[in-house]
Amino acid sequence: MRRHPGLFLSMIVIVAIAAGFFVYPKGIGTKWMPWKLGLDLVGGSHLVYQVDLSNVSSTDQSSVIAGLRDVIDKRVNLFGVSEPQIYTAQSGNQAQLIVELAGVNNVSDAINQIGQTPLLDFREVQGTGSSTQYVYTNLTGEYITGAQMTFEPTTNAPQVTVTFNKDGSQIFDEMTKANVGKPLAIFLDNQLIEAPVVQEEIPDGKAVISGGFTIASAQQLAQRFNAGALPAPITLVSQQTISPTLGTNSLKEVAFAGLIGTLLVMLFMIFYYRLFGLFAALSLVIYIALTLGIFKIIPITLSLAGLAGFILTIGMAVDANVLIFERIKEEFKRGLPHASAVEEGFRRAWPSIRDSNMSTIITAIILYYFTSSFVRGFALTLLIGVVVSLFSAITTTRLFLRLFIKDKSAASQNSNSK
Amino acid sequence: MNIVGHKKIWFAISTILVGIALVSIGVFHFQESAEFKGGTLWEFTVPAQSLSSADVQSEFINNLHIIDAQTNYDPTNHSFLVRFGTVTEAAHQADLAALTAAWPSFQELSFQSISSSVGASLLQSSIIAILLVIIGISLYIAFAFRKASRPVSSWKYGWITLLTLFHDVAIPAGLLAILGHYNNVQIDSNSIVALLVVMGFSVHDTIVVFYRIRENIINHRGKTPFETIVNDSVNQTIARSINTSFTLILVLLALYFMGPADLKYFVLVLLVGVITGIYSSIFIASPALVAISPKEGISK
Repeated sequence: MRRHPGLFLSMIVIVAIAAGFFVYPKGIGTKWMPWKLGLDLVGGSHLVYQVDLSNVSSTDQSSVIAGLRDVIDKRVNLFGVSEPQIYTAQSGNQAQLIVELAGVNNVSDAINQIGQTPLLDFREVQGTGSSTQYVYTNLTGEYITGAQMTFEPTTNAPQVTVTFNKDGSQIFDEMTKANVGKPLAIFLDNQLIEAPVVQEEIPDGKAVISGGFTIASAQQLAQRFNAGALPAPITLVSQQTISPTLGTNSLKEVAFAGLIGTLLVMLFMIFYYRLFGLFAALSLVIYIALTLGIFKIIPITLSLAGLAGFILTIGMAVDANVLIFERIKEEFKRGLPHASAVEEGFRRAWPSIRDSNMSTIITAIILYYFTSSFVRGFALTLLIGVVVSLFSAITTTRLFLRLFIKDKSAASQNSNSK
Repeated sequence: MNIVGHKKIWFAISTILVGIALVSIGVFHFQESAEFKGGTLWEFTVPAQSLSSADVQSEFINNLHIIDAQTNYDPTNHSFLVRFGTVTEAAHQADLAALTAAWPSFQELSFQSISSSVGASLLQSSIIAILLVIIGISLYIAFAFRKASRPVSSWKYGWITLLTLFHDVAIPAGLLAILGHYNNVQIDSNSIVALLVVMGFSVHDTIVVFYRIRENIINHRGKTPFETIVNDSVNQTIARSINTSFTLILVLLALYFMGPADLKYFVLVLLVGVITGIYSSIFIASPALVAISPKEGISK
């Protein structure tokens, strides 16, 4: 790098230009991979459901939560939500399901649907092909005590074992007796999930569904049984809904403020540090393109707080340059030749740059691990921004200076540096 | 500039400001937002009608029978912010229908209703985050100043860095308490984040000055009085202390005046914190180092 500053600088500039095209909100970058924007920028709902697990044995809890999540995912998809985000978090007998819906017009309908307890029932199958009819029975999820994925003892193939309670065993016994050789349909939320063929009468209330399962599909079926069977009522404990109008306005305003802030910082740097400041300003543009490129490629869902965090790093990214330039000025005054003053300035400013940014990095890491979704976006963009800005300040700016500040031609810069 | 020599003036200014901040927090407390204590925050506009906050307030109390409603008008978004207790989604829909009937141009901008249990756990995790940031930064400061040179021992740099951190956080926090009392500004997770980020910046500025002092002590050991070394160090770094924060102030001002209304107080806390940080890194941190150093005496 020391020997070919021009080569390395051109590489960084090319990557930055590519990143610029990639992140620009209109054009090829967006066609290839659109930005992921948070609910507070596009509008949508952030819903938190409390799941009451007090009636579920501890061994079944994770299966019930996974099953509920699966059921809610299906329900949400009915509303045409693009990529609903569903997270789960558990502590003790209480679990939380967090549902994020972007761009739903009828949030109230979605909320009503999501909040219902999943309904599992068994139906008898009459007829075949297009004339298949499903006849309701009185065997529903409430007669099931649980379901697990098990393995067939001889073949080791995954299967699902469903256990019925005492009353359920009786109903199931009669039902299997009447339907030997025929399929028995299982519905969850009025959607057919499985129609295994009854091999024989099952009197003991322990049904085994086997054949053609992978471990994942057997697990999923067991979860669906558990979600529809076990009493784990869910209640909406928190909702945050933001209208698309407000979201779009916020996005426009924050982007505009970011642009103005960037221009002010660039002008200030050029005004105060002249030629050096111009290099810092160019590095800042490269920093912005690269950082946005990283956000997009990871991809990070950008929220309003996340964008605010990024805009803060624009103000911080030139800090390292300020510290370095002030050092270089001191080295000039001590009478060092220009190229050496630049190198010495970078070398001596580095410890305080690294250590002073470390406290912000610590804050960002702690915020990321110990807070909820809105704050996390801020912490992540702040963290990535500070790290990239360190790179940008010590690499990009340094390459600019190595390329353009040579001992012979540097006399004219001396007067600029105040 | 003789900064260290006038240290009593700077300490007095800071003592008064921090004192006002702490008294405000003690007397007014913080107004917790719905996010922390549970409750509902409803933001909407009624563009076709010129309504006052009082009209909206009376509609909520008299027609919707929400007696604990508190209405504020936000001039930047031309919107009303109404706060009340937690409601179910069914009640929200009923109220929405009633308001649309009363004011046909009613437009919901945002609606959040948070149960007190969710709020309590969010508050708890915020407090944990605050404590962890303080512990993390303290450990880091101890690490950063592990190499020290006489006459200032390593722990003095550390304690003063923490003192300025407290100073820089107390003043914007006090401002939040005052704004909470007079303007009904509430603290939410954004305000907590802003205070935590102020902590990070505070250390940032102080480290730059202290590193310079440490360097100068090594270079001028025995030749120059300690007080002079410190004062020279502050003067050598004053331009960079101001400039590094000034670039941040520029983007914060852009965000404050042109950014979305939702971020206004978040940015204000940062702005006040950053300005306080400049002041403390120049006028408090280094003079305090002289004040507690054995040579310059215990006079304070």
